[in-house]
Amino acid sequence: MSSEWPLWEVFIRGQHGLNHRHVGSLHAPDAEMAVNNARDVYTRRNEGVSIWVVRSSDITASAPSDKGPLFDPSNSKVYRHPTFFDVPEEVGHM
Amino acid sequence: MSAASNTAVSQTALFEFLTRMGDNALILGHRVSEWCGHSPALEEDIALSNTALDLIGQTQLWLGLAGEVEGRGRSADNLAYLRDARDFRNVLLVERPNGDFGKTLMRQFLFDAWHFLMLKALCGSTDKRIAEIAEKATKEVAYHLDRSRDLIIRLGDGTAESHRRMQEALDDLWAYTGELFIGDALDAELVAAGIAPEPESLKPAWDELVGEALSEATLKKPSDGFMHKGGKRGLHTEHMGFILADLQFLQRAYPGATW
Repeated sequence: MSSEWPLWEVFIRGQHGLNHRHVGSLHAPDAEMAVNNARDVYTRRNEGVSIWVVRSSDITASAPSDKGPLFDPSNSKVYRHPTFFDVPEEVGHM
Repeated sequence: MSAASNTAVSQTALFEFLTRMGDNALILGHRVSEWCGHSPALEEDIALSNTALDLIGQTQLWLGLAGEVEGRGRSADNLAYLRDARDFRNVLLVERPNGDFGKTLMRQFLFDAWHFLMLKALCGSTDKRIAEIAEKATKEVAYHLDRSRDLIIRLGDGTAESHRRMQEALDDLWAYTGELFIGDALDAELVAAGIAPEPESLKPAWDELVGEALSEATLKKPSDGFMHKGGKRGLHTEHMGFILADLQFLQRAYPGATW
């Protein structure tokens, strides 16, 4: 039966977290039930305070085969990391 | 802490009331737990198990307090595992067999609607201990009701096959709903002390809540005819013994076993 239901990706905002994090996926016939199911499947141990669901088919993902062209070039761009600034002592820990 | 309310009501009436609440939760919780591993979808399986666990958790609170009120050293476990059928005070509705998934949900919805109204009323109980348990349980049961209501509407207003099954379940279970609203002398004692609401007083709100959901589900609400009763007094159907055989086997076969 569950194979007839579309797949949903579930995002939960934790007790102390500011952003929703992807926690997994589940099947449900519509968005409302996906939220209910997410509550039952992914927040049983007090994990969350907010739930987002989105149909897996609505997610556009980068292709694994593009990994090289997409991400390798940023490997050698050390100057993009703000590590060349001297932080004044008074600022303390950043 | 609630000495005042205890003097206003007999210990027997209070104990009976607490076992009625606790046994409803225990027997329905057990019934729902029978679905574990058998539900039509993984998500439903977990959701139903959550409901069962909520109910068993509530049982611990109600029966724990019952044992305390009784003052004979019986714990919630003692009461759950070592009483015989005639000592159980749950309504007959919750011991009905699960049937198919639709029937289980219909039973859940009819009970949840009552349970929710009952607990809401108990939040204002003059007995603080009862009000506290009700406060905690109300949140869980509000979700049970949201869920069972949503599902009976989906299935009632679903395919021809699901509609037929839901109507059959409703017709079959309806005659077991009357008992929830019939008060007796013990209830009257609790009402007088402000501990619990009059069972009859919950009926109009229940009718409205259930009626609205059923019409949205395109299901025909049966008329109130003959109603089965007896569970509140310990007179159960033939199913009760089988439930207890399953539920109590371990403690009966290996008394005091722990793990």
